[in-house]
Amino acid sequence: MKRLTAGLPFIAAVIFGGFFLWGLNPDRDPNEIPSVLISQPAPAFDLDPVPGLETPGLARSDLVGNERPVVVNVFASWCVPCRAEHAVLTRFVERGGMRLFGINYKDKPEDAVKWLNDLGNPYERIGSDLSGRTGIEWGLSGVPETFIVDGGGTVLFRYVGPVVGPDAVERFTQALKQAGALPNGAAL
Amino acid sequence: MFPEIGHFALALALALALVQSVLPIAGASRGNAVWMKSAQATAIGQVLFVAIAFAALMQAFIASDFTVRNVVENSHSLKPMLYKVAGTWGSHEGSLLLWILILAVFGAGVAWFGSNIPAETKARTLSVQAWISVGFLSFLLLTSNPFERVFPPPLDGNDLNPLLQDMGLAMHPPLLYFGYVGFSIVFSFAVAALLEGRVDPAWARWVRPWTLAAWVSLTAGIALGSWWAYYELGWGGWWFWDPVENVSFMPWLLGTALLHSAIVTEKRDAFKSWTILLAILTFSLSLLGTFIVRSGLLTSVHAFAVDPERGLYILGLLAVSIGGSLALYAWRAPEMEPGGLFRPISREAGLLVNNLILAAATGTVLFGTLYPLILEAVTGDKISVGPPFFNAAFIPMMLALVVFMGLGPFLSWKRADIAGLLDRIRFVAVLAVIAASAAWYLLNGGPIMAYLAILGAAWLLFATLREWALRIRLFEVSLAESARRARNLPRASHGMTLAHAGVAVLMMGMIGSTGWKSEEIVFAGPGTEVTIAGFDITFEGAAKVQGPNYIADRGTLVVRRDGELVTTLFPERRYYPVAESQTTESAIRSTLAGDLYTSIATPASDQVNNAGAWTLRILYEPLVNLIWIGSILLVIGGCLSLSDRRLRVGAPRRAKQPASDAVPAE
Amino acid sequence: MRQLIFAFCIGLFPFAANAVEPDEMLSDPVLEQRAREISKDLRCVVCQNQDIDSSNAGVARDLRLLVRERLVTGDADTEVIEYIRARYGDYVLLKPPLEPATYALWFAPIAFVLIGVFVGGGVLMSRRKQEAFEDLGSEDENTVSEILRRNEAGDAS
Repeated sequence: MKRLTAGLPFIAAVIFGGFFLWGLNPDRDPNEIPSVLISQPAPAFDLDPVPGLETPGLARSDLVGNERPVVVNVFASWCVPCRAEHAVLTRFVERGGMRLFGINYKDKPEDAVKWLNDLGNPYERIGSDLSGRTGIEWGLSGVPETFIVDGGGTVLFRYVGPVVGPDAVERFTQALKQAGALPNGAAL
Repeated sequence: MFPEIGHFALALALALALVQSVLPIAGASRGNAVWMKSAQATAIGQVLFVAIAFAALMQAFIASDFTVRNVVENSHSLKPMLYKVAGTWGSHEGSLLLWILILAVFGAGVAWFGSNIPAETKARTLSVQAWISVGFLSFLLLTSNPFERVFPPPLDGNDLNPLLQDMGLAMHPPLLYFGYVGFSIVFSFAVAALLEGRVDPAWARWVRPWTLAAWVSLTAGIALGSWWAYYELGWGGWWFWDPVENVSFMPWLLGTALLHSAIVTEKRDAFKSWTILLAILTFSLSLLGTFIVRSGLLTSVHAFAVDPERGLYILGLLAVSIGGSLALYAWRAPEMEPGGLFRPISREAGLLVNNLILAAATGTVLFGTLYPLILEAVTGDKISVGPPFFNAAFIPMMLALVVFMGLGPFLSWKRADIAGLLDRIRFVAVLAVIAASAAWYLLNGGPIMAYLAILGAAWLLFATLREWALRIRLFEVSLAESARRARNLPRASHGMTLAHAGVAVLMMGMIGSTGWKSEEIVFAGPGTEVTIAGFDITFEGAAKVQGPNYIADRGTLVVRRDGELVTTLFPERRYYPVAESQTTESAIRSTLAGDLYTSIATPASDQVNNAGAWTLRILYEPLVNLIWIGSILLVIGGCLSLSDRRLRVGAPRRAKQPASDAVPAE
Repeated sequence: MRQLIFAFCIGLFPFAANAVEPDEMLSDPVLEQRAREISKDLRCVVCQNQDIDSSNAGVARDLRLLVRERLVTGDADTEVIEYIRARYGDYVLLKPPLEPATYALWFAPIAFVLIGVFVGGGVLMSRRKQEAFEDLGSEDENTVSEILRRNEAGDAS
């Protein structure tokens, strides 16, 4: 009995040690929050277009009744990594045949318009979320974030951070292909 | 040139540590006196070389030597000199060097001052200490070299985080490290005792001063960190149950248990395996803290450079040291002979309860801190465990502890006279209830828990004072006689009284500032008036002010009470161009009754901002300074105990007490 | 690595004063007090371990406004928290919910105390039993009593 109790601290330490070892996995990001939206219907929202842009606004209804999955990207002109991501997304749209919708998050319309004029506009639709409330509906913790939504309006995948860099692009491409959102996948 | 000297000195220290790891302990098993004595030289050599390395790094900061990468990353030519110096320990590499320095200091301390420790025990202890040093020195040299050069050297550094450019925070790491790294030597003593297979009262006597020294320093370090957070971070809070705060708090909790458990081992030759286990666990928690802070495992406001690779190395160190020592404990502890007997109502029993409560509290904090990690590993879900959990679990335990703290000093060793005990404390208990009831009647609002806590603090304070009064027979004999008795009481006894009273004071500070805090938040332009806690405050506007490495908006607040001018406060919002960050410098008026705590901020709404208004926040925190005062009392109490002559005397010896009734000596 | 690649653009203003602004505050003091209490239990998801009541971040402000909006429409405290939890998951709750996944957490403190009680009780009981074995001869008894008396009268070590 004495032996057993004397051995308990050691056993506890080993168990904790196992968890620590697991926790050190370099792919693990302690700051990343899992999304509650996965496998759930996309949240209800209805956003006006960005004033000064011809691109139409975005609402939940646009995400339902599509023949293949679409991508919703939350971006802003004041978001530095979004610039680099823009090129990647454009490539997916132009060469891969991805359908891209955007939510312009807390962005002054003039700034957003200028940004898109400078970089190009790959978005089919863009909703202007000035207050950030729609961002909350999507469980947004930062910008950029990108979602893959299937034809029926169910959220399949969320990517946190810019889709930039070989690992990120690879991961996102895989997700797109799996969802069937990339008809010309081979052309990428 | 100096950085290279520093680097070389570290390598030499490592070499010495390697020698010290092997020779003395081998000498102890073989009875080779020369080998055992070698620990003396190697320990002192180690501390010298590590000190040289530390000095070399400090010199690089003072001279703003931007060829050293560590200086580039953590300093800037415009930084005030004090913070350049503090930059030495402001980074992962630098603070690790500080860690190693303190390891070496404690090792050398035992080598130098431990003349009353038997050669074998000393040799084994120093060897174990050297094992730890080897682990950390190799970690430093292989993965975190502070003396790495950068070429070509940049024109200037990247500036230290402006939040850290603060006196309180500059001193926080050295004090904290002296504390929880100091427990390393107690750990070494414990492992040595396990290896030897023997724990006796003399062992507990040797260990006590080192435990006390580490504990005092840790108390001061935590209090300082808390105080800094209070005045710097801007919302008047002083504890957030952040993981990194928790990992410094856990060694303190167990260290307190260790301190008390060692007393029992010393006086009654009991609790031996408890004390050994506590000694091992306290330092293990320190190691755990080091691991968590530097490995990127948990999200925290505090975390250093996050690097899973380094984390793996440290985890390895942990596996060897914690795993090894606990395995040794599991093997050897059951063989230790059980000690003195005692009845369920006795000082030993009281201290046993004390240990158990502190251990339960530590376990709770540990589990709560690590639970998000554990759950994520098991299910992949992410949750948060924050102040609501910790407060709900921890506070009741502390209230229970406080009851026993008041009771403990009244109990005699081995067997306490229950009737006499009740007699002595009855008065105190009633007084405490009266105090709490008075508070209930006089104060308005506040949660019921606050009143329970007031009852607890009052009980503790009155019981502690009563015990002291009984000891010197206050009001029973002449004042002169009482004074004589007080002078003749061992210092450790005064230390206990002061420390326990300090806890009561600390509690009052916590209760007052959380339970009865008041707050006013307004948009303020010149002429805006705010009333809070009886003060009338007028905002007179804000002006731009230039500092050494920052630009600030400084607000002027005129504080009056009943028409009379009380003071003028100047809260600031500082912008540091090089680091590109901001800090809030709150302006606080402190009195014993409470703090008037003010800060300004730029309004979030552009509309309001463009209209020239500021967000003005004013808090009134009653009794908050009692927290710091209570902490100081704890530190003084500990220092008093440390200075007790009996701790420096050789073999345990009997000193004659002035004739008195059998009141337990401390 | 990832931390280097992307920087969350919603300003990681690290610290700020109690970040609630007067223009967010409700006119009804009871509701406002409830809002403050709820805010203290909600985690700022872009910060390193802060609640939304004390964070300067944009998302924190949005959430503070949302909490007040829901309170004004008549939601109970639990409903407001549930609303936010539905969008952000359990991570946003600083007070972990009581559910099977967290039973271990919430029962741990009680468990530790109970273990303590058992250990303490066990130790005290076993000491009692050990005491029962004492049975010295009268001479030894006297010697022992003498030593004990001197011990208690003059013990200072």
